[in-house]
Formats: sequence, structure tokens, C-alpha cells
Amino acid sequence: MECVFGMVGKGFALVVADTSAVNSILVHKSNEDKIMVLDSHKLMGASGEAGDRAQFTEYVQKNVALYQYRNGIPLTTKAAANFMRGELATALRKNPYMVNIVLAGFDRDTGPSLYFIDYIATLHKVDKAAFGYGSYFALSMMDRHYHQDMTVDEAIRLAEQCIEEIRSRLVVAPQNFVIKIVDEDGAREHSWRRTTRD
Amino acid sequence: MTIFLPCLGVCKSLLQVLSRSTFSLLNQRSGLTSRLEVIMMLDFSGLESSAPLYGGSNELLSDGFSAAPSFDLPVTSDFDDFQKNSIQMVKPAKGTTTLAFIFKEGVMVAADSRASMGGYISSQSVKKIIEINPYMLGTMAGGAADCQFWHRNLGIKCRLHELANKRRISVTGASKLLANILYSYRGMGLSVGTMIAGWDEKGPGLYYVDSEGGRLKGTKFSVGSGSPYAYGVLDSGYKYDMTIDEAAELARRAIYHATFRDGASGGVASVYHVGPTGWTKLSVDDVGELHYSYYPVEPTIVEQEMTEAVVA
Repeated sequence: MECVFGMVGKGFALVVADTSAVNSILVHKSNEDKIMVLDSHKLMGASGEAGDRAQFTEYVQKNVALYQYRNGIPLTTKAAANFMRGELATALRKNPYMVNIVLAGFDRDTGPSLYFIDYIATLHKVDKAAFGYGSYFALSMMDRHYHQDMTVDEAIRLAEQCIEEIRSRLVVAPQNFVIKIVDEDGAREHSWRRTTRD
Repeated sequence: MTIFLPCLGVCKSLLQVLSRSTFSLLNQRSGLTSRLEVIMMLDFSGLESSAPLYGGSNELLSDGFSAAPSFDLPVTSDFDDFQKNSIQMVKPAKGTTTLAFIFKEGVMVAADSRASMGGYISSQSVKKIIEINPYMLGTMAGGAADCQFWHRNLGIKCRLHELANKRRISVTGASKLLANILYSYRGMGLSVGTMIAGWDEKGPGLYYVDSEGGRLKGTKFSVGSGSPYAYGVLDSGYKYDMTIDEAAELARRAIYHATFRDGASGGVASVYHVGPTGWTKLSVDDVGELHYSYYPVEPTIVEQEMTEAVVA
């Protein structure tokens, strides 16, 4: 029931995720932030098994920070994506991490980029990506309405349309969503779309 | 001369390296060797994970022949599902109701006391609120042995942290320690659904930690088979601004309603409060007696009484 999706616009990249923490039929909390700010210009939206999600994303975040301390420059988005994929691939045949990740980043020379990283260590550089049951609705919505070089307002409107579609069509739809954006000014939280207060 | 050794939270090999390096450094000064020998007798067995990491031991690979590691296969018709089924068999369903919530005056923690094995009630007097240290409580849901052991282990780690760092561990830190341990045993059949409630420098703290490796920070949690029932009562009656008595009554009522509807919960409802000076046990009430105090027996109104037929 977890939904994570993202898209690239003109000079920015957007990641949207639901904020529910669920255990079988129980919703433990509906304001769990699943989009981690990896460093100043990278966002990582993750969905999957609870323990794996937190542990793997924190592990990646600390290693990205370590690289920056050791080498004095931050990793590019592509390098971070490949590092993540490498870790998932190494663990796959021993102790797999059941986490799906949408990585969005902004680099000074290459601009915004979005990476789709599967739990079986698939890696694709894409313009739009979605995971979870919500992807069945979000992907076709984005295929229909997405175009290159969208403005922030257009992208937010498309994200809202996807959220509305998920809310109305998915049988156990998550209640709240968070939208985070990354552009040349950095990675930050944009807004929430709530139906319930926690 | 005392040697400061970083305590748990650091991996075993790092500790060994440090102790070896301090040994070589101080060996240059004679007269200290006797004390060093005492220090070198450190027992690292508590740090060793008792479960094998990725299955299979290294001895098989290093015997010179490049033989593939092998072990006796269990005699079973369905080998692929064998391990999954055996874990499922051992894994007890979390038949219990525990809850905890943060409010103005601290954290309220409550639990029932029934232990059940399928349809058999094995005990009505299980202590499901575990006292980790004087200012932190843990709740038990899932396997009793798992919860008791790992909470005790957490208490040890918290005490060692205090001794090493000269300050109390935060609730965030304690819950992270437990979550990391449980994560490393993921998939091996541990069954723990616990809440760590405490009061540290940042005020009241409440975390939910389970054996799948999940860890959630929150203000209101309920765990166990009776938790949906408890959530209903808890959510409708909850206000941040409650007095301790009001909050205790809310917690007690929520446990009572869960025990009423859930067969795997019952016994006594215990309520604890964690405040700035530590935890206090507020009340222990039998849920049967609570039922009759909330819903006293009223004489039933009989509409029509059967009278004896008049015999002519």
C-alpha cells in the first residue's frame, strides 16, 4: 500500500511519498517521513519493509556523508545511485534488502536527474518513476500528462492529480502524502497533502 | 592509570584492536603488566551474536579441497518451505494488548497480563511492562522469552552507556540499540513487538520497535492482538492536556475494552506513568472487576411473568 513516485521538471526534481506506517490492518502512524534528504542536493524516497527501509537508507546516507568528508567533494547523483545499486546487488544473494528507491538529485553540471532503483538492484535513469500499488495509477497519469521541462506549478498539479487518483481508486489508500523537491537551491520539503491529522 | 574503553555500540573487533593497541603501548612501561593482564581478560562473549550470520561455517571451505559447503538436509517433503514453516510454528501470535501514549505530564504505559498458547490460557499474571531502568519502561508483546531477554540486555547496554559516557542514554538511543539488535536477527524467528517509553533530557519519548526491524517514533501506540480495540477507545478519548488521573483512566479503559473483545487478552490491567523523576506503578486492576464497575448489574425488567395456570 506504500506509494512513492517522482518526476523531473525544468531545473528541479520532485519526489512524492505516502506517510503511513502500517502493520497488517493497523495504521501505526500517518506522518512517517519516508523521503530522506541524503545530502544538500539529493532526495531519496524509499518504500518497502519497515526495518530494511530505515536501516538501508540510513546506511546510504552515512556513507554518502563519509565520502564527502574523506574527499572534500560531494558525490554526484549518478555516483550515489550506482553506490546504492551496488550495495543492493551485493546483499541480494545473501540477505536482500526489500526496499524500492526513487533517487532525485541536482548536480551543477548535469542539472536535475531521477533514478529508479528496484529491490533486486535494477537501476534506470528516468524522467518519471513510481513504486507500490499507487504506481498502477500514477504511472499512466504521468505518461499522459507529463512533458519535458515542466514548471514547478505544473509538476505539483500533476502530483496532486496522481494523489487524488490514488486516493479515490486504491482500496486501502494512504491518508497523507508528503512532497519534497530538489533544485539548485537544495533539497527541501515542499508540502503535505493530508486527509487526517496525527 | 585507568584505560577508557568505549562500550557497547562499538563492534567487537574494534574493541579487540583497541585493547591490543593499548596493551602494546603500555607494555613499554614495566610494572603495569599485571593490571593489563587483568584488563586483557575481558569477556567478549556477550557481544557475540549467538545466531550464525549467513549460514554455513568457514571450516568447510578451508579444508584444502574446494568442496561446496554442505549440511544434512532435513527429512521433509517440502524442503523449500521447511524453514519458513518451522519459523511460523515457533512464532507465537502476539496475543496481548499493550499501549502507551505521550501527554502533557509524561508517558502513560498500560498492558494486560494474559499469556495464551492457542486456545489455552497459560497464565493470567504475566508482567508485560518491563522495567529497563528507573526512568525507562518497555512493553512486551510476542514471545515472552524474547521480550524479557532482549529488554534485560537493553538494560545492560543502557547502564554501560551511562558508565562510559557519564550521562543517561536517551530514549532515542536506547530504542535504536534495540532496533539494531532485532534487525540483525531478522528472519530468524524472533517475535518482539515492544514500545520503549521514557523520560530523557528532551522530555517524554516513545518508540515502537519490532522484530521485523521497524522502529517508529510517535505519541500514541498500541501493540498486540487487542490493539485495534484499544486504539478505538484511545483515539476517541485522547487529549494532550490531561491530568495524570484522567490519562490513567483512559489507559485503563482502553485495556479493559480490548480484553473484553479479544480472547487473547485478559487478566489484570496494569498502568504505569513515566514522569520527569522516573516511572511509577499507578494501578493494577482485574479486568473482570473493572467490567462490573463500569457496567454494574441492573435488575432486568421482566415484561410478562408466567403465572401458574389456574386449576379449576
